[in-house]
Amino acid sequence: MQLALFILFGVLAVAGALNLLLQRHPINSALSLVVVMMSLAVLYWSLGAEFLAAAQVIVYSGAIMVFFVFVIMLLNAGEEERTHGSRASYIVGFPGAAAIFCLLSFVFLSERHALGTVNVGGYLNHITSNISEVSALLFTKLLLPFEVTSVLILVAILGAVVLARKEQ
Amino acid sequence: MSVQVPVAAYLILAAVLFSIGVAAFLIKRNLITVFMSIELMLNAVNLTFVAFAHRWHQVSGQIFVFFVMVVAAAEAAVGLAIIIAIFRTRETLNVDSVDLMKS
Amino acid sequence: MPSDYLWLIPLVPFAGFLINGTIGRRLPRALISVVALICTAIPAAIVAWLWITMKAAGAPEAIQVVSQPWIQITGLTINFAFTVDHLTLIMLGVVTGVGFLIHVYSVGYMAHEEGYWRFFAYLNLFMFFMLVLVLSESFLLMFVGWEGVGLASYLLIGFYFKKDSAANAGKKAFIVNRIGDFGFLLAMFLIVREFGSLDFTHVFNAISVNPQWHGGILTAIALLLVLGAAGKSAQIPLYVWLPDAMEGPTPVSALIHAATMVTAGIYMVARCHTLFDRSPYALGVVAIIGATTAIFAACIGIVQHDIKRVLAYSTVSQLGYMFLACGVGAYGAGIFHLLTHAFFKALLFLSAGSVIHALSGEQDMRKMGGLRKRIPVTFWTMTMGVFAIAGIPPLAGFFSKDEILYQTFVSGNKFLWLVGLVTAGMTSFYMFRLWFKTFFGPEHFEEHSDLHDHGAVVHTHSGTHAVMVADPEEDHATHAHGVHESPAIMTIPLAILALFSIVGGWVGVPAALGGHDEIGHFLDPVFAGGTASEAAAATSSHGLELGLAAVSVLVALIGFYIAYIFYYKKPGAAAALASRMPALYRLVEDKFYVDEVYGFFVMVVMMFSRFVLGGLIDGGIVNGTGAAAGATTQGLSSLVRRVQSGNIRSYAGWLAFGAAAVLIVMIFGRSIWLH
Repeated sequence: MQLALFILFGVLAVAGALNLLLQRHPINSALSLVVVMMSLAVLYWSLGAEFLAAAQVIVYSGAIMVFFVFVIMLLNAGEEERTHGSRASYIVGFPGAAAIFCLLSFVFLSERHALGTVNVGGYLNHITSNISEVSALLFTKLLLPFEVTSVLILVAILGAVVLARKEQ
Repeated sequence: MSVQVPVAAYLILAAVLFSIGVAAFLIKRNLITVFMSIELMLNAVNLTFVAFAHRWHQVSGQIFVFFVMVVAAAEAAVGLAIIIAIFRTRETLNVDSVDLMKS
Repeated sequence: MPSDYLWLIPLVPFAGFLINGTIGRRLPRALISVVALICTAIPAAIVAWLWITMKAAGAPEAIQVVSQPWIQITGLTINFAFTVDHLTLIMLGVVTGVGFLIHVYSVGYMAHEEGYWRFFAYLNLFMFFMLVLVLSESFLLMFVGWEGVGLASYLLIGFYFKKDSAANAGKKAFIVNRIGDFGFLLAMFLIVREFGSLDFTHVFNAISVNPQWHGGILTAIALLLVLGAAGKSAQIPLYVWLPDAMEGPTPVSALIHAATMVTAGIYMVARCHTLFDRSPYALGVVAIIGATTAIFAACIGIVQHDIKRVLAYSTVSQLGYMFLACGVGAYGAGIFHLLTHAFFKALLFLSAGSVIHALSGEQDMRKMGGLRKRIPVTFWTMTMGVFAIAGIPPLAGFFSKDEILYQTFVSGNKFLWLVGLVTAGMTSFYMFRLWFKTFFGPEHFEEHSDLHDHGAVVHTHSGTHAVMVADPEEDHATHAHGVHESPAIMTIPLAILALFSIVGGWVGVPAALGGHDEIGHFLDPVFAGGTASEAAAATSSHGLELGLAAVSVLVALIGFYIAYIFYYKKPGAAAALASRMPALYRLVEDKFYVDEVYGFFVMVVMMFSRFVLGGLIDGGIVNGTGAAAGATTQGLSSLVRRVQSGNIRSYAGWLAFGAAAVLIVMIFGRSIWLH
């Protein structure tokens, strides 16, 4: 079952990513990205990170991607136009990305034996759930970073408001 | 009972997503699409972290992902606000037209 | 105890300089004069007190005052230290005594000048530095005084700074002196290296305890010191500044360029006699330079027309005598001549100033004549000076000059003696020429009564033309028209100096002529062990001395007679003789073209400096390096600038590229590192 989950949602994620790349209209790219994120949520769940799977759905695809879609519609972004330099970007972009992929996979593949295999649900202690494990760490040892992130979000809100409002 | 999926497979998947994100970042001409490719890259990294957290039975990898998500959210908010501001002045979302910083 | 007040001797004039220099512009002339005179009188009084103390029986031969350390580094300690021995006493007496008289004279002479406060400020500054030079106990402090008097000389020569010739003369003096100072500095470096100290006592003791030490490094040091002395005392080859220095006001010429500053070189040689005695080669050089300069300058002086120029070349010539004396080891005789020369040369300059003042600025002797009855006081005082310098007994010049010639003869340098003798004859000739042309014969001057405007100042007393300078505040009610005698404030110092010129030599009457040679004995503690005293003791013969003295007097009288013929009896004879050998006359009149030769060398140096140093090195290499660096940076930056295209995607591309590079380094570098 692990394998089935992995293959199905892995392929879905890759397909969504490729669609993001290949579509010309940004709204299509945004919706493909939503698909990618949903698949990733399932993959997280399969790796035993239930809390994160939920967070991924709620925060990432439910808030951030919705935000993206809103902005696209607000700005009425149209199809992409050809400009000068697009040729150059093809020449740089594809090989560059391929190179990075080769690099990363080389590393991962050369260590694949050390990495072992996946157990569905993970190794976490069944007495405690994933979320209590996470919060146990988050609210004790990492309390300060946690509070700082809330300040960060506050600052981001302020920034967004200031930057995006109409000039009076 | 069935074939075990190696952790490396998840990592390779994440690498694929990451490189597609890089490609999209370099190729696409719309500002918002470029931004979305950044999000894609971040997600790929998140997957890597979760895979490693699973491998070493530690929850700190997941904590990392948590913080990445928070930061990504904040970044998306501010970034899109900037894009809106740019759009107001320039009337275009083309990446190549935002070149005032040319030296 | 006078030693407690030693430090006042130089500092009081310095205070006078500060007062007159800072607020003098706003002070009334009377106050400026009072300040300057008091600041010169106080040191004179202290020196007088010192004299009394140190001449008393049982007084120490030298007193020293040492202050805080000045420079203290490992291997070298230098203090501010003053020393007074008999040599210093004589120098102090000359500087303060003659200096004071000249200050008094200047009050009258400069009464109508602009910049009165400046003049006295500089004069006091000069006194300060000269006194430091004379009192100092170490080479370094003496060098401070040395440089300082050079500075004061520059300021005073260029006193009439609006005149180009004066400013140029000041510069010339300073620069030529600099060449001498270069020698002095090198000598000091060698001394530090050799002796580890710059104190006189230390250095001279170190030499004295090694009686076998001769030549070598000592010769080198001595020769470098001679270079310095030649610059300061206007000897060949560095004498060219002194005639030009006559651009300064006449009291300056009297004080600095006759009595005191130019004698600093002689003083330095005398002070370092211990060193010089160990280097016969250096002494020989000194003697030859002295004799050559004496006769050379006398030649030029014969044909000069400006009264001050004649006196200037005469000074150079007499300084040559002093050098000659030191060169044959007769340091005492050199100092004796320094003393008498101070008297009669200052007298001559001041009287010349009085003549110039009387003629409202005329300095050319061809426009003088017959002044004997018009300005009698000046005439009689100048006469004393002329007779003194010519070496007519019993005036001062005879005894000192004769002593030098005698010492030269007995030291075995008969040829130098002959040169000195001929120079003595020439000295007598040109001085009497000056005398006759100025005071006797028909009057060639113009009465400037109509030009003598009471609303304007006329005397600048320099150069050959009177310059009108406005000075409305001065009251000229007492100023007479036309040729007039100088006021008492000018004639009294003249009289005093004339008196000294008469009796000044009587402190050095040698035993052969019935005297006790007080000055020789006075200076014995300083020069004991010198070469001359040995030589003199070996061949002392009263008959020889009397004979040589008679020869000198005869030569002087011959000079007088020739001048009498040429300039009194047959006034046209000189011109006729000159016209018969025009080329030779022109050569001598143009000072043997030495200035032109030097100018040529200077021009060569300047061309080199301009083209090689300035153009090639400075413009090419230095500027070029800077420009090249700039161009390289510009070139590189124009390449690097392409990164900043403003294009987001290129930024992204570079970002990715950078990240990939880091990745590669991390992945593969790691493994390389681990291996």
